[in-house]
Amino acid sequence: MMKKILVILITTFTLITNVYASSDGELVLKKNEPSEIKDCSETFNKASFALNQGLDKVIFKPVSSVYRVLPSPVKTGVSNSLNNLSNVVTIPNNILQGEFALAGVNTGRFLINTTVGVLGLIDVATYLGFSEYVKEDYGQSLASYGVGPGCYLVLPVLGPTTARDTMASLTNFVGGDAWYNVTVKNDTHYFRDVDYYASRVTAGVDFRAKNFDSIENLEKNSLDFYASVKSLYLQDRQQRILNSTKIIETQDDSDWEEIETQ
Amino acid sequence: MMKKNLLILLIIFLSTSYSAFSIEPDIFVQSTVNRASKLLGENISKEEKIEKLKLIAKETVDIKGIGFYTLGVKRKSLNDEEKKNYTKLFEVYFLKSFSSRLAEYTNPEIDVTNKEKLNDNYTIVNSVLKATNERPEINIDWRIYTKNPDNPQIRDLIIEGLSLARTQKEEFASVLSSNDNDIKALFRVLKEFSNN
Repeated sequence: MMKKILVILITTFTLITNVYASSDGELVLKKNEPSEIKDCSETFNKASFALNQGLDKVIFKPVSSVYRVLPSPVKTGVSNSLNNLSNVVTIPNNILQGEFALAGVNTGRFLINTTVGVLGLIDVATYLGFSEYVKEDYGQSLASYGVGPGCYLVLPVLGPTTARDTMASLTNFVGGDAWYNVTVKNDTHYFRDVDYYASRVTAGVDFRAKNFDSIENLEKNSLDFYASVKSLYLQDRQQRILNSTKIIETQDDSDWEEIETQ
Repeated sequence: MMKKNLLILLIIFLSTSYSAFSIEPDIFVQSTVNRASKLLGENISKEEKIEKLKLIAKETVDIKGIGFYTLGVKRKSLNDEEKKNYTKLFEVYFLKSFSSRLAEYTNPEIDVTNKEKLNDNYTIVNSVLKATNERPEINIDWRIYTKNPDNPQIRDLIIEGLSLARTQKEEFASVLSSNDNDIKALFRVLKEFSNN
């Protein structure tokens, strides 16, 4: 399994670098257009997708169904705390994307929420009027440099991604994620490996719980659930890369005008 | 002179009657969600809610337009008979899928917040579905087809920036591509979904 994933990643990485060679800032939208992203390893992806659906039914769905009925302050606290922790990846990526002012704002947010906000449980920075927090990662930074997404992938346990984003996420394990560094990579005596993995699993449960009804609804009403998840994931990714939720800025609108001429 | 006065009166009448009947897209969306929300809050069975939601959808959604959009480039190669068949099957599928999705919500509170005219054919209306204890606040944008301003129609729902019509389009493309691009396969899948 691991070998197969590696082969897929290497093949698609080659594709990415080829795309990069001809990259142009203005083509970021076009390159990340969901319908343009190839599903090169569809058989493997569908097998991973089936595995993930099995894991969801056995683990994530039951756990998140309990989590979602916890009192709101508990859920908000967990969510705030996870968001606060993600600043350690967002801030270096703000810098990589040339957003120095935003990096400063997020550093201030992280310091305030970690101290006054009791390890991030309370989002004091928002009460103080800080701008809305938007997560950034190394895949988004690569995309902002014009690197194309490569092929669409579904990884076992981790879920949907693209070749570019998978390669970029490896940065987290070679020093790009301060939380990983102080928990798993270095023995700091303050944190243990389990703290890192627990935070990842909790983030998964938090996401599943927030989208509980939507996911159930989508699965029930889809003709092809795999294709629906792929489309939604890639649309979401496109928005994050372009830092916009405006549909006319993130998607090609011309196909709506085309149906007028039919 | 008399003729000129009559002409002026006619122009005034036409322009005032036009503005009297034309419906602003944001007002159209707010009144549609108010109708749906009121219905979802009624003390009736889920089946009854679904049937009533279907009636609202038939009035306010451009089902035929969405159907052709959803079909993508394939629509260009269909003959008239296939188009007719597809339109019929898509409407049944759409109404079932749309109404059963909405029927899960009880008393949703949606507030229209803004609108942006894209061109003469389309306006995007922004709204917010208020948070409950179980889910956070959700931004919902509506693509309103305004070619006929007297009868605006919904063509897409964009939830947190994710287009439902586009998702459906890619879903249909996947069904077609895994069946040698055979439209009959899509017809079969649509029928199966509607009969279940």
